[in-house]
Amino acid sequence: MSNNSASGVISLQKTVKQLRFEAGLRRIKVSQAAVDLKTFCLQNAQKDPLLMGVPSSDNPFRPPKSCALF
Amino acid sequence: MCDQTFLAITFGPCDNCTQNKPLMNIYLKNEPINYCSLCVELMACQALAKGETINTLKAESESLKAKLEEERAKLHDVELHQVAEKMEALGQFVMKTRRTLKGHGNKVLCMDWCRDKRRIVSSSQDGKVIVWDAYTTNKEHAVTMPCTWVMACAYAPSGCAVACGGLDNKCSVYPLSLDKNENLSSKKKSVAMHTNYLSSCSFTNSDMQILTSSGDGTCALWDVESGQLLQSFHGHSADVLTLDLAPSETGNTFVSGGCDKKANVWDMRSGQNVQSFETHESDINSVKYYPSGDAFASGSDDATCRLFDLRADREVAIYSKESIIFGASSVDFSLSGRLLFAGHNDYTINVWDVLKGTRVAILFGHENRVSTVRVSPDGTAFCSGSWDNTLRIWA
Repeated sequence: MSNNSASGVISLQKTVKQLRFEAGLRRIKVSQAAVDLKTFCLQNAQKDPLLMGVPSSDNPFRPPKSCALF
Repeated sequence: MCDQTFLAITFGPCDNCTQNKPLMNIYLKNEPINYCSLCVELMACQALAKGETINTLKAESESLKAKLEEERAKLHDVELHQVAEKMEALGQFVMKTRRTLKGHGNKVLCMDWCRDKRRIVSSSQDGKVIVWDAYTTNKEHAVTMPCTWVMACAYAPSGCAVACGGLDNKCSVYPLSLDKNENLSSKKKSVAMHTNYLSSCSFTNSDMQILTSSGDGTCALWDVESGQLLQSFHGHSADVLTLDLAPSETGNTFVSGGCDKKANVWDMRSGQNVQSFETHESDINSVKYYPSGDAFASGSDDATCRLFDLRADREVAIYSKESIIFGASSVDFSLSGRLLFAGHNDYTINVWDVLKGTRVAILFGHENRVSTVRVSPDGTAFCSGSWDNTLRIWA
């Protein structure tokens, strides 16, 4: 990255500070996180038009463009 | 764009020793300072705590990285698709182009939906920004920017303004008027100033603040009215290409992705980088939050899309196939988060089942790279913009 040792020191200090912060984060297990993602999907699946498909009459994009005569 | 363009070197009097020398413009606690290289070195050595040298810092950094990997690995007890195995597979998807928006004279680079679910703003390489009515395909407004490659555009939450920017290094806000004869360029307001191209912009929950990301490696939060910089975010070591705000219920964070292959999650109030993910093998072109706010997806030049869970602090799924070799330029979720739409450089859009990790559809239609993909606010359709100068609405 840089050939200047000073900015090397500064960036190292920042990196160490950042890593210390990240090491202190609380994490949950992937199994728990995955179950939550799945639950959210299932709960909202009914409201998702792209997933469920929507009858042509309800979807404003589905019916073919009609010519409007002014 | 891998040269260190964000470390601009200027020449002038040093803030510390007042001699005329080449200056390094660095940021300390978000304040820009201009020191000559000698003063920077002295300052760095003084700032070292007792016993800290480059070597101890390097050693600590290595051990912390190893510890982080270990912590993350401990929690990796199951794969997402295993949890989703028992779920019903999704049926066949029939998604077709329902509208084609023609009118741009050059590559479409970016688009955004209005919250009214029908208007769209799009920007292109030739500097044109057009506001469309997606139901009728009529153009409602058109603005010509003074620069080319307008890579970012966004609709304000109120629907009364659009923001855009690109090679001009700025983000400008244009209030949209109902009067078709009014020259929009006259009302233009320059909000953001970066030292390199603007790659992405987004309004926060109100019309009053804009978040921007730039090729200069930083993201920034601006006040629209005064043009003042409210907060800047430093941490990427290369161009930042994309950003996405967390859905409003989950608070003040956003995620950014860049050419340094990292996706960083930031706290908007403090400017702190709270989490960082580096598993992609190439530039991250697009990041998008999962609708619940607990995860985000990313699309990259390494031809994969990945899902990262924020609470587990790791990547939980990869969406890739051996047959997909072109990079993903843009990703978006459907309303429930079950589907992931990814636009690729091989002119196609891949649709993935997020939980099972399988591809459910490939959409053909564009005649050049797909540059942007966005699902409408009510989830009834999604729009894709491409280098073939058109936008397509799929439903």
